[in-house]
Amino acid sequence: MTRDGSADVSSVSTDFSERLAEATRPLPRWESLVSFASAALVVAEVEARKLRHDPWEVVTRALQPLLWLTVFGQAVARARLLSEQEDYLTFMAPGILAQSVMFTSIFYGLAIIWERDAGILQKILVLPVPRASFVTGKALGAGLRALLQAAVVVTVALLLQVRFHLDLFSLVTCALAVLLGAGVFASLSMLLATLLKTRERFMGIGQVLTMPLFFASNAIYPIHLMPAWLQVLAQVNPLTYLVELLRDTLVDGQRFGVIQDWLVLLAWLVLLQAIVSRRYDRVLL
Amino acid sequence: MHLVEIEGLVKRFGDIVAVDEASITIEPGEAFALLGPNGAGKTTMIRILVTLLPPTSGIVRVAGLDVTRFPDRIRRILGYVPQTLSADPALTGYENLLIVSKLLRMPRNERELVIAEVLRLVDLEEAADRLVRTYSGGMVRRLEVAQAILHHPLLLVLDEPTVGLDPTARRSVWEALFALRRRDGTTLLFTTHYMEEAESYADRVAIMNRGRVVACGTPAELVRAVPGATTLDDVFTALTGDVLESGGSFGDTRRLRRRLQRFD
Repeated sequence: MTRDGSADVSSVSTDFSERLAEATRPLPRWESLVSFASAALVVAEVEARKLRHDPWEVVTRALQPLLWLTVFGQAVARARLLSEQEDYLTFMAPGILAQSVMFTSIFYGLAIIWERDAGILQKILVLPVPRASFVTGKALGAGLRALLQAAVVVTVALLLQVRFHLDLFSLVTCALAVLLGAGVFASLSMLLATLLKTRERFMGIGQVLTMPLFFASNAIYPIHLMPAWLQVLAQVNPLTYLVELLRDTLVDGQRFGVIQDWLVLLAWLVLLQAIVSRRYDRVLL
Repeated sequence: MHLVEIEGLVKRFGDIVAVDEASITIEPGEAFALLGPNGAGKTTMIRILVTLLPPTSGIVRVAGLDVTRFPDRIRRILGYVPQTLSADPALTGYENLLIVSKLLRMPRNERELVIAEVLRLVDLEEAADRLVRTYSGGMVRRLEVAQAILHHPLLLVLDEPTVGLDPTARRSVWEALFALRRRDGTTLLFTTHYMEEAESYADRVAIMNRGRVVACGTPAELVRAVPGATTLDDVFTALTGDVLESGGSFGDTRRLRRRLQRFD
């Protein structure tokens, strides 16, 4: 092969400065906002496309909540350990639903580390796209995955004769709560990824973190049964508020849940997103 | 104007000096090869150039824009193919391109045209709808080149584009790159461990060792400057071989390096 390219260089350099000026002109501020929103949606779309290529992942991930409902749920219900709950399975089902949302989303940080190791992250960070959009897009993607997961868990719960109030309102409210919750846990997980930076460390901490998040919440028993110090932990735990919203709508048949629960989750999301967007590129270092 | 200007670039990671007072310039339309043993600082220099890492000190400009002050604007004229395989294996080749084109906010009708065009350029039209995890190494690389050129960058930076590929796949990657140069006159900056690639495909070459640029010039100039050298490989060995091992020739090497640095 000859050095074909160099023959064209003279003709290229004539319009070179023109192209350069056009390509590097400063953009108006609104354009970066539009760019941010559209890029976030595209990043979420990647998740949707991956799910379409491999839908079995959702099914295999549904096995764990299924085991919680069938093994743990049935045993506790039979033993009447929590005698105040007349239908324990129905009480715990929203908790298990929230848990599966958390477990799905808490691995998003690992995905960022994996994408860094694979070079996907570097390639994307060099594109002329606002970097914060990847953080928001990943949170949206986690929400999408969690929604599918939730649909499977709700179906399983219904098969196990859990008594859910299901109508259009409760479904929409639940879907929004799941989206919001998944966004919170995915952001938390990405924050951990920027701090820990390697897969090994992340796996270690990730396992350790999910346990207190799950047990220091109202997922499988009411908060007032806990010792005082644990109650404090449960009160700041975002999982508590997700469970609260799901239980209010699915079990108690409230239409919109309690506004405070929405606000706490939203505050977590905004706070974590803000931190992660600033620290995001540090996962590279 | 130089398209790339690197002047007195220093990058430290804690106590380690990865890039040490390195300076090079690259002109529009050039194919420029960056050579050096592992750990010489090539990848670090490239990452600073493509706005992924901040420099510790020194000046790095692309098209006259400083990388620390105008990273967003530089990213619009830059394409980057990292050393690791960066295409998403869980998506098809077409989807990998579609995602990038959407991130770049290309209008829908333009998108399909541009994707079809780059698929033809890198010879992946037939494999476009297969998942990337079924691709061969050469195909993945060509797809990554395609991803990096969707926005017609003026400068395409490739970190070891042919590492780990067999000779046929290597040739296919270079054919795609030269088809690109014929079409757009894109400036290329690449690193490689294959001396014959630098010799046949690069207009100019810089050799790095221990964070420093120890020589820079056309392959022919470098060969002429090193006594007894007949190929770029000889030049590379003379400049980066262990100084202590060549016994007593430290002074010679120093003189040699000084002579070579005049090409800078």
